[in-house]
Amino acid sequence: MFFLLRTLPGDLASLKLGVDANPEALMQVRQEFGLDQSLVAQYIEWFSDAARGDLGVSMLTGADISQEILNKATVTLPLIGLASVLAILFAVPLGMYSALNFRNRRGIGVSAASQLGIAIPTFWVGVILITIFAVKFQILPSGGFPDEGWSSWANCLESLILPSTTLALGQGAILMRFARSATIDVIQQDFFRTARSTGLSRGQAIRIHGIRNAIVPVISVLGVQIATLIVGAIIVESVFSLPGIGQMLLQDVGIRDYTKVQGTVAATTAAVFFVSFLIDAIIALINPKARTSQ
Amino acid sequence: MNQNRNLFFGLIMVGFSAATALLSVLWTPYDPLEINPDVSLAKPSWSHLLGTDVLGRDVLSNLLVGSRTTLIAAFLVVIITMALGVTAGISTALLPKRVGRAAIYAIDIVLALPAVLFAIVLAAIYGPSTFTAVIAIGVATSAAVAQVTRREVTVILNSDYVVAARACNSSKTRIVLRHILPNIRASLFVQASGAAAIAILAESTLSYLGLGTTPPAPSWGRMLASSQQYLIIDPIVALWPGLAIIVTVLGFNLLGDGLRESLDPTLRKSRS
Repeated sequence: MFFLLRTLPGDLASLKLGVDANPEALMQVRQEFGLDQSLVAQYIEWFSDAARGDLGVSMLTGADISQEILNKATVTLPLIGLASVLAILFAVPLGMYSALNFRNRRGIGVSAASQLGIAIPTFWVGVILITIFAVKFQILPSGGFPDEGWSSWANCLESLILPSTTLALGQGAILMRFARSATIDVIQQDFFRTARSTGLSRGQAIRIHGIRNAIVPVISVLGVQIATLIVGAIIVESVFSLPGIGQMLLQDVGIRDYTKVQGTVAATTAAVFFVSFLIDAIIALINPKARTSQ
Repeated sequence: MNQNRNLFFGLIMVGFSAATALLSVLWTPYDPLEINPDVSLAKPSWSHLLGTDVLGRDVLSNLLVGSRTTLIAAFLVVIITMALGVTAGISTALLPKRVGRAAIYAIDIVLALPAVLFAIVLAAIYGPSTFTAVIAIGVATSAAVAQVTRREVTVILNSDYVVAARACNSSKTRIVLRHILPNIRASLFVQASGAAAIAILAESTLSYLGLGTTPPAPSWGRMLASSQQYLIIDPIVALWPGLAIIVTVLGFNLLGDGLRESLDPTLRKSRS
């Protein structure tokens, strides 16, 4: 990624100062950003700083990149968190419902709806939700985020309702398919039949044996999906003009602030790796089988 | 019955999109780029079947040409994805264990990098275009194809008939061409279909964000982005490009599911 961003045509220093800048000023900027060193030396320096949490400063505004990412994360992280919770809350029950009824029409209807949910583009869901709740009924804001941040938390939550619902619908549709197939797996297992034969009703057996077994694949899929969740957040922030990391990234791409794009993408990728590691740990906690097999 | 239904509806939806794309080459009701301020945001009528957008451009004509843009992009993505993914999948399975393992890590890293993020970086460097979008989506989705292909090839490599072929002194090339490719053909069709669905969603997303197809070429994603500004006056304009995307993506997904179920006899039994 680093080298890709450096292969671009044109001189970074003259990009910052404009084409008619005088040579001395250009040299000074090159020195300041270490552009006069070799690519490998630049990379090593950047990487060792990045590993310590210092992503450098923006090439165009001079602002501290790590600090800006942290500021914007106060919008993006709650958005992603809220969306994940919502997605699980509607995907697991619906997926189990569709699995328990997989022979009849209602079950098929639910899983057809999840097929549809996967095909619907996130930004279109956002636009539709805005049309219904913000334009037609005017009960929720169509976008934006309170300037004063989380000190007015009620307003913040209100402005996150539509965005996180949008994000959750797409995610939930995928999770639902996994919840469904996991539940179908469970109810065909011997231990489930044994539980039924001891006199438990289907509902009781599902509560005791089903949920715990069905939730493991759902959480591990959520771990794989964290990358799509972040991309979804970029899209949703753009639809609802939320001042989060995604919107910042798109703006920086527009004005070609390479050091900031590089820092943001690196931080995002690191976050993806961290979360998938965390999810593996959670799965080991819930599922003893994953622990012994390793 | 179920599998035929998936295949049937999938074929109809994909066929419908392909037909509209072909039609747009021969005929559109209006010039999709023709601006006519007199009929700005016209409601659907006999002269403009789906109405017009804010500049008075005919929505139906733009949809038709947009489906051409989308399907061509999807086609290119599928070619890149399959070429890269299948080559990487087969070669990592055939390579000696240590080299292969290093290559698998590389695939895992690409897998963690989402297509849209990759496309954003490419667009930052080379400026947004359909081309950068197609390359980014193609490379990013190829990692998943490589992973699935590698898994299947590894199973086949351990099967008796490959061991027998080795015993007969068959070359690696011959084993790949005669034994591996025919055996993973079914799964390749399924994956190509899935890649097309992903490609269409990603391309329209990138165009919506202004990082894909550039104006004035009509594209579904950009139609949606521009219609969002006039939601209060005319929400219906936002409906059509969304529906077009859904029909095409759903079509390719159903086609993939249907193919999987009809080409793989073991799935038919276990799925009940």
